[in-house]
Amino acid sequence: MKDEITREDRVANLKGMGCSRKRVEDARFTQGKGNYVDDIKLPGMLHGDFVRSPYAHARVKSINIDAAMALPGVVAVLTAKDLEPLNLHWMPTLAGDKQMVLADGKVLFQGQEVAFVVASDRYVAADAVELVEVEYEELEVIVDPFKSLQSDVVLREDLVAEDGSIPNGAHGPRKHHNHIFTWEAGDLEATEQVIDNAEVVATEEMYYHRTHPCPLETCGSVASMDKVNGKLTLWGTFQAPHVVRTVASLLSGIEEHNIRVVSPDIGGGFGNKVGVYPGYVCSIVASIVTGVPVKWVEDRMENLMSTAFARDYWMKGKISATKDGKITGLHCHVTADHGAFDACADPTKFPAGFMNICTGSYDIPVAYLGVDGVYTNKAPGGVSYRCSFRVTEAVYFIERMIEVLAIELNMDAAELRRINFIKKEQFPYTAALGWEYDSGDYHTAWDKALEAVDYKGLRAEQAQRVEDFKAGKTRKIMGVGLSFFTEIVGAGPVKNCDILGMGMFDSCEIRIHPTGSAVARLGTISQGQGHATTFAQILATEIGLSAESITIEEGDTDTAPYGLGTYGSRSTPVAGAAAAMAGRKIRAKAQMIAAYLLEVHDNDVEFDVDRFVVKGAPERFKTMKEIAYAAYNQAIPGLEPGLEAVSYYDPPNMTYPFGAYVCVMDIDVDTGVPEIRRFYALDDCGTRINPMVIEGQIHGGLTEALAVALGQEIAYDDMGNVKTGTLMDFFLPTAWEVPNYETDFTVTPSPHHPIGAKGVGESPHVGGVPCFSNAVQDAFRPFGNRHTNMPHDHWRIWQTANNLGMHD
Amino acid sequence: MIPAAFEYYRPTDMAGVIALLQEHGDDARVIAGGHSLIPMMKLRMADVPHLIDLQGIEGLSGITVTDGVVRIGAMTTQHEVIVSDALAAAAPIMKEAALQIADPQVRYMGTVGGNVANGDPGNDMPGLMQCLNAQFHLTGPDGDRAVDARDFYEAAYMTEREDEEVLTAITFAAPTGGYAYEKQKRKIGDYATAAAAVQISKEGGKVAAASIAMTNLSDTPVWSEAAADALVGTACDEAAVKAAVTAMLGDIDPTEDNRGPVAFKRHAAGIVLGRAILRAWSRA
Amino acid sequence: MSNKMHVKLNVNGQDHEFLAEPRELLIYALREKLNITGPHVGCETSHCGACTVTMNGKSVKSCTVFVAQANGAEVTTIEGLGTPDALHVLQESFKEHHGLQCGFCTPGMITRAAKLLEENPNPTEEEVRFGIAGNICRCTGYQNIVKSILSAASELNAAKEAAQ
Repeated sequence: MKDEITREDRVANLKGMGCSRKRVEDARFTQGKGNYVDDIKLPGMLHGDFVRSPYAHARVKSINIDAAMALPGVVAVLTAKDLEPLNLHWMPTLAGDKQMVLADGKVLFQGQEVAFVVASDRYVAADAVELVEVEYEELEVIVDPFKSLQSDVVLREDLVAEDGSIPNGAHGPRKHHNHIFTWEAGDLEATEQVIDNAEVVATEEMYYHRTHPCPLETCGSVASMDKVNGKLTLWGTFQAPHVVRTVASLLSGIEEHNIRVVSPDIGGGFGNKVGVYPGYVCSIVASIVTGVPVKWVEDRMENLMSTAFARDYWMKGKISATKDGKITGLHCHVTADHGAFDACADPTKFPAGFMNICTGSYDIPVAYLGVDGVYTNKAPGGVSYRCSFRVTEAVYFIERMIEVLAIELNMDAAELRRINFIKKEQFPYTAALGWEYDSGDYHTAWDKALEAVDYKGLRAEQAQRVEDFKAGKTRKIMGVGLSFFTEIVGAGPVKNCDILGMGMFDSCEIRIHPTGSAVARLGTISQGQGHATTFAQILATEIGLSAESITIEEGDTDTAPYGLGTYGSRSTPVAGAAAAMAGRKIRAKAQMIAAYLLEVHDNDVEFDVDRFVVKGAPERFKTMKEIAYAAYNQAIPGLEPGLEAVSYYDPPNMTYPFGAYVCVMDIDVDTGVPEIRRFYALDDCGTRINPMVIEGQIHGGLTEALAVALGQEIAYDDMGNVKTGTLMDFFLPTAWEVPNYETDFTVTPSPHHPIGAKGVGESPHVGGVPCFSNAVQDAFRPFGNRHTNMPHDHWRIWQTANNLGMHD
Repeated sequence: MIPAAFEYYRPTDMAGVIALLQEHGDDARVIAGGHSLIPMMKLRMADVPHLIDLQGIEGLSGITVTDGVVRIGAMTTQHEVIVSDALAAAAPIMKEAALQIADPQVRYMGTVGGNVANGDPGNDMPGLMQCLNAQFHLTGPDGDRAVDARDFYEAAYMTEREDEEVLTAITFAAPTGGYAYEKQKRKIGDYATAAAAVQISKEGGKVAAASIAMTNLSDTPVWSEAAADALVGTACDEAAVKAAVTAMLGDIDPTEDNRGPVAFKRHAAGIVLGRAILRAWSRA
Repeated sequence: MSNKMHVKLNVNGQDHEFLAEPRELLIYALREKLNITGPHVGCETSHCGACTVTMNGKSVKSCTVFVAQANGAEVTTIEGLGTPDALHVLQESFKEHHGLQCGFCTPGMITRAAKLLEENPNPTEEEVRFGIAGNICRCTGYQNIVKSILSAASELNAAKEAAQ
């Protein structure tokens, strides 16, 4: 048999790893044929809508549903009293706390779910919400976590014993009735000793404000209880559908095999859709009660007020160094505002997520981290908004501490980073707070980035600008924002990562069809990342069938293997690894089939792109298509028919993507308006599966970083009212406010990942926020600025200028 | 966000509109593009049991310029303002301002009449109308009357218009000289942190006449006569601009909101006015 | 209190008649009464543009139009821009240039872009950015959306030239 096409063509035809394959998802999305949860319409389906608390803290004296029930079209109005017999008026949170599904005696944040109206359509439901009469008695509101820890007001009466003592929480002893946990890492004594005796110490307090992932699609679910067959089907905006199935089973008592959870297309997640929300539970209960499908989809205000905030960390740092800038120690304390219920989405053993990656990219010999979680009258949540668990906070903290230390040392911040980076030869590197960084080459990345932007030239230009400003020639100052970040993603090894006891492995199952195409199913779920495109590329390279011939399916728990879902950049590090491993199982069997067909020993054939060839005689080969056909249709002694494989992958370690970002910004000191002149982003995510998709992820992550750094916040007034409840005030930038980004890369493969990939979706957000913030702060550094808190919206930038006397 | 139910009417003549307004009084509202009213209704902050849609009435939209007088029908959209050649020639400040309102989709629907009539201090056209010394034409049960824009606004959402009246058109004398509409906002789609409308005419190197108005810096648009007076007769030099800004600051009364505290808004107001004056002067 | 009214809409060239309360929003009428689910609900306060359709020749946010106001109108949604066998140039170029990720904003974005190119066939990058500023995308950072639209403009112009 003569081979007509070249090897290069065969590689190209595979559309495997490394090529910018166009996305297979796009055909339906560009034609309006996506299938999102609100597109689901079932016969007889009812609509649910919430009565929500206008108060941040109040006793619920009474709820009168009579007028609402009298409205034609209203089928049910559920309150905590209705859920109590089912033991569903409270539900467990992902953080080991519990949360009210519907207000049980009191409300603890504005927008809290009080009653669930079920009606024939959304209009009737909305009218009925207005008719539910709730009598409240207002209680003292606490929105400040520091005041909360001093206050006599008990927010969570359910967490105080009858004798007034404070029982332990899920993460150990609690110091006060509004305290949730203390979590520590590192060596406090040694750290204090180093800092006390250091040549130079910089201290700073910073607030990483509360914000929200705000995907364009809000959260929602459709529950359908089939009473005939005893099966519950639940469609919803779930970043972890299998976990939802297990939780739904545990809560409802319905056996897990009788629950099917489906995540259809998801209109962006960014962490918002990791949590389990009262709306999901209420739609299930309502469907069980009414016997017909019930849809619940929140509106934007509900989304911003009640589901899954991010950040809200008050961070206090001390960093010590020698006079010439070698960092000797780091101390960090965080007061973490978790709102009314501890519903943070973190692995069980990490109540502050991976905040202990806060030593960053630097070789810091000794460090300590302490985190105190606190209840306040704000919405629960605490998800990782486009980052691995609390890594954005950690990277922001260290990248600000570096800048502050540079000011203390009167040193260039780029140089300070360079002399403290973990060196290439130090990997694998065990950090002072316990993580083992798998790989890195920070110096190469940093040098490449600084050269690309002509860093020296920028500093000279900035110095000139300072002169010009002082001489009255300009009112615009210039900042050079730097950040170097190390992410910790791919949670994670089951030995230390679980959520609600479920180990954080992931999975892939492949079935090769006789004609040489395939379907593969994974435990993850895309929310725009393009898994259907990129996972097929991994498999194409591993099994030698074109990516175009491989269908990827995710999100249906009846068909997909169990997995922990998509967040924390874990899909490629964990499920991508599972795909590669499953592919290798396919290949192993294919090798035996090929050897049989070619009448040689198994060891005498080798894999080559899309076929097995006889070693030393490449003209003798069997393509994977031929092998697939034979696997089903030819009796091969000693082998079962078929060609399928499944792999459950428990990663040995996290992966540690890193990157170097530079932002050049001009700031009008009179209006406080910043202009991003240039943004350069170098990312190292290890092996690159699809450069086009990687670049898209980086553009998106940087834009979300820009938003957070420059204005996006969930702000509360003293009464606990949300001040930023619509997109008028909650900052989502448009195309007009966003620059073009320059992207670049280095490749340092992960040594423990089967294909060397590390994950990338969240890096640009993690590295971007400090970069934008540092650009603003660097612009003011020559005028005496040390640190100002985000968000750097116009008035706060103006305030900084004003405080520095720049308007005099 | 679902509005309460309402009765909907689409009358085909103004008499029909007036009759409905008389019948339902406070309970009725007219709707043009709806981009101020509908969000309020969806948030159930505006209760409108009877909604009267003006789209069926002929002659309420369109831009004409006759003998130096600009007439803009109330149902004229911001988009139509932007693309009107006649208006670009007669009053280019209109286009400059309209381009800074909301976003393309909203400008297709949002009307000049709706923007000026509902009394939202965040809207841009009311300030602009102060600057242009426009007249608002109202039709009611007792016939037609005209009100000076400068007399129209009483407080936020409170205007000279009676409940049974409809604003049908605005007119103003085509301005002469240089113009500028300067607006600081947080992003596309936002109301102004501060905005300034300025018209300046020049004679012999000096400011012959000026008109200055500010947006979203009080509960009504602010026409600052004192600021304009500070410019007249000067060469629009630094001292004159500073004097105008100082005078304007005496006329505004901003409140704190998510856009910032009062001190910042006053500062921003001064900056945008200074810039607007300089741009208008450069075009005078 | 409110009676249902007869509503006539021509959507993507097809006439529809149905009963609706006047307060029903055009977006829900399209999605729930006519099963045209391309346009989406994102913010409900006319900021995000996910619900963008073309109504009587204008790009509008259908979450901020009562179905009563739309009565008698001609509406085009993403479903009316192209067919699977004959995609609109924008539908092709969004795929080619990775102008979408989660796809939720995409129908509104492409519908708006189509109108933009109709009115301004040769836009600069700045004009594209200004022209789509009523549509929010959370995933792409806009860079590839802008690229997609500019590329579609060139293609449309090239096709026009070739036809002449």
